[in-house]
Amino acid sequence: MSEQTHDVAEHDLAPGEEEEHSVGARVLSYVVGLVLALLLTATSFFIAGTDLVWQPSIPVALIVLAIAQMGVHLVFFLHITTGPDNTNNVLALAFGLMVVLLVIGGSIWIMANLNANMMPMDHIMRMQ
Amino acid sequence: MLGKLDWSAIPLDQPIPLVAGGVVLVAIFGVLTWVVVKGHLPYLWREWITSVDHKRIGVMYILLASVMLLRGGSDAIMMRIQQAVAYQSPGYLPPEHYNQIFSAHGTIMIFFVAMPFVIGLMNLIVPLQLGVRDVAFPTLNSVGFWLTATGALLVNISLVVGEFARTGWLAFPPLSELSYSPGVGVDYYAWSLQISGIGTLVAGINLVTTVLKLRTKGMNYLRMPMFCWTTLASNLLIVAAFPILTATLAMLLLDRYLGFHFFTNEAGGNVMMFMNLIWAWGHPEVYILVLPAFGIFSEVVSTFSGKALFGYRSMVLATMAICVVSFMVWLHHFFTMGAGPNVNAIFGIASMIIAIPTGVKIYNWLFTMYGGRIRFATPMLWSIGFMVTFIIGGLTGVLLAVPPADFILHNSMFLVAHFHNVIIGGVLFGVFAGFEYWFPKAFGFRLDERWGKAAFWFTFIGFFITFMPLYIVGLLGMTRRMQHYDVAAWRPWMMVAVIGVAVLTIGVICQIVQIVVSVRNREALRDRTGDPWDGRSLEWSTSSPPPVFNFAFNPDVRGEDAYWDMKARAKQQMLDADGPQYRDIEMPRNSPTGFVCAFFATIMGFALIWHIWWMVILGGLGAWATFVVFAWRDHDEYVIPAAEVAAIDRLNLQQRRGLVSTAGEA
Repeated sequence: MSEQTHDVAEHDLAPGEEEEHSVGARVLSYVVGLVLALLLTATSFFIAGTDLVWQPSIPVALIVLAIAQMGVHLVFFLHITTGPDNTNNVLALAFGLMVVLLVIGGSIWIMANLNANMMPMDHIMRMQ
Repeated sequence: MLGKLDWSAIPLDQPIPLVAGGVVLVAIFGVLTWVVVKGHLPYLWREWITSVDHKRIGVMYILLASVMLLRGGSDAIMMRIQQAVAYQSPGYLPPEHYNQIFSAHGTIMIFFVAMPFVIGLMNLIVPLQLGVRDVAFPTLNSVGFWLTATGALLVNISLVVGEFARTGWLAFPPLSELSYSPGVGVDYYAWSLQISGIGTLVAGINLVTTVLKLRTKGMNYLRMPMFCWTTLASNLLIVAAFPILTATLAMLLLDRYLGFHFFTNEAGGNVMMFMNLIWAWGHPEVYILVLPAFGIFSEVVSTFSGKALFGYRSMVLATMAICVVSFMVWLHHFFTMGAGPNVNAIFGIASMIIAIPTGVKIYNWLFTMYGGRIRFATPMLWSIGFMVTFIIGGLTGVLLAVPPADFILHNSMFLVAHFHNVIIGGVLFGVFAGFEYWFPKAFGFRLDERWGKAAFWFTFIGFFITFMPLYIVGLLGMTRRMQHYDVAAWRPWMMVAVIGVAVLTIGVICQIVQIVVSVRNREALRDRTGDPWDGRSLEWSTSSPPPVFNFAFNPDVRGEDAYWDMKARAKQQMLDADGPQYRDIEMPRNSPTGFVCAFFATIMGFALIWHIWWMVILGGLGAWATFVVFAWRDHDEYVIPAAEVAAIDRLNLQQRRGLVSTAGEA
């Protein structure tokens, strides 16, 4: 496909394609990503076991840290940027997120409502 | 040594599967012997089995789908006959066999007929319409096809070795759990779908990438033919939805093989989670099937009306809207399973909303025909037949989307009639239209119109005679999947339905005769110009069949209906002079990776079903080693020299010029 022609304005990068940076810059970006990811992981483990913070806030903190972890992976390892060469990747990410949110959110909602038309358990017990 | 496999796996006491299996085996060996004796084997191996050409792979997908259509159709005939005779009697099919037949019918028709047929047409046509030389991942494409074939093979092996699932086509637990289905039927079902599911996912990734990344110069998103848009939407759904199916079946298999409790009745399992997940895949699946059919109708209606598609942009919008909304409606498959009014109402409304973009499409096709010069060729007949049929199916669908109505109609024959109405009327008519329409492009000669029209009318009328009675018995209270019944009121309708199946069968025979007749008369039906229908998109701008490289030059697209535009310009200029310099073209090398991979996958799948663990390891290692060998390959492309390209292309141009000069006078 060497002479495949693209639209002029649509030069975009596939995941894993080399970006135009020097080796040093690329290594630096991976190292920064790794350090951030490790930091977030370590913090999660620390938060989970600590009693330094208000206990009910721990799950919220873990969720926030997990989302931050995803962000770090997307930016430093999967190289998702907001540049025009990344439109396809961003759209793919958005579509994926939408589907995941719909399916997981929908499933949780459906499963929580499944017994809405059933008699409460203690009623059934009493009948027996 | 051989796990659960022994001689009791062969159903020697059941004549029907044994005879059917025997006939199939004799047929296969006959064909193989003929191929070997005539010396066609090297040709088949070189040009087809190891081919990575998207056109060849597309044709093989369609061939697989056609063969499996005959198998699934035989199941349908057997079921209709059973229900016609089993009034106050046990009929001729024992219950456990009948249950296998309806399960196999659904599984085969969806996974091994509808899916390969639409994927085959997309493979065949989309790169041509985009004006490119190949798909994004040619070898992966071949792997995808052969894995699909593996799944189909495993389902058919179950006919003579062991049994198939008796659980219905979605294998709902707890029935499909080990305690209620201890045999290998569900394992055949699950492993064949797991393996072919990987193939489908691969095909989806390949086609999404092709549409997004490989378009010829000037082919903007909003200049793509409608079929490319629906391909994009359908394959986005494949990529998003098939992993759900894989995960769900994997959990079921963990339950069955390793004693997990995802979907069991006891130990905290939740059966409803299976319904929820399988339909989160299952609903997008129906749009995966029908969206490409919508694309085919768009192409056909526009070509045979001699007009650009009406409301192109609204069509694109409607397609993408369906793509998104199809992920918001899956609960309507289990309205009756206990959810409260909030949930049911929201999903009911979302389901009805899908009728809006679909209605937009119907009106767009009607307005495309309005004022056009319509030619009633066979593809156009299928398209008009589709519109009539699909509207009825769509309306009963909207009816079923009303939760209170669904509480009465769920699991009845009314539902069966509805989904056959949309799948036959939508998907099957669509792929038949596409088959008739693009057959000349794939093989270089047209199909016989007389037999094609006969096939259409028999199928169309046969469809109504078969399925309208099923609506009625549904309203009379007949539930689906009944092996026998005692209600006198249903009997006459069942008799009508079986007559309808006979008419449908004549339609299928006409279709087969059509192909045979056309192959015999191929010289008379030869399409020398590459443009037999006066087409509008780029696939018609190359010869029929297209050369392996599709286009000598990547076409330069300047608007919608790219080829129509080119023809209009060429008529003024009497086509460009031989002009431009031909250049060498690099094409991907053929590769046996797909076939070998699927060979080992078949071994592994069979061994998993029968618990032959050493063979599982053998098959798994083989498939993995094939992948490694492929990944370490040195040369994956070969060069077609410029002289050869020039020779092929000049011949095509010469014949085409003859067409333009005669068309100019008309």
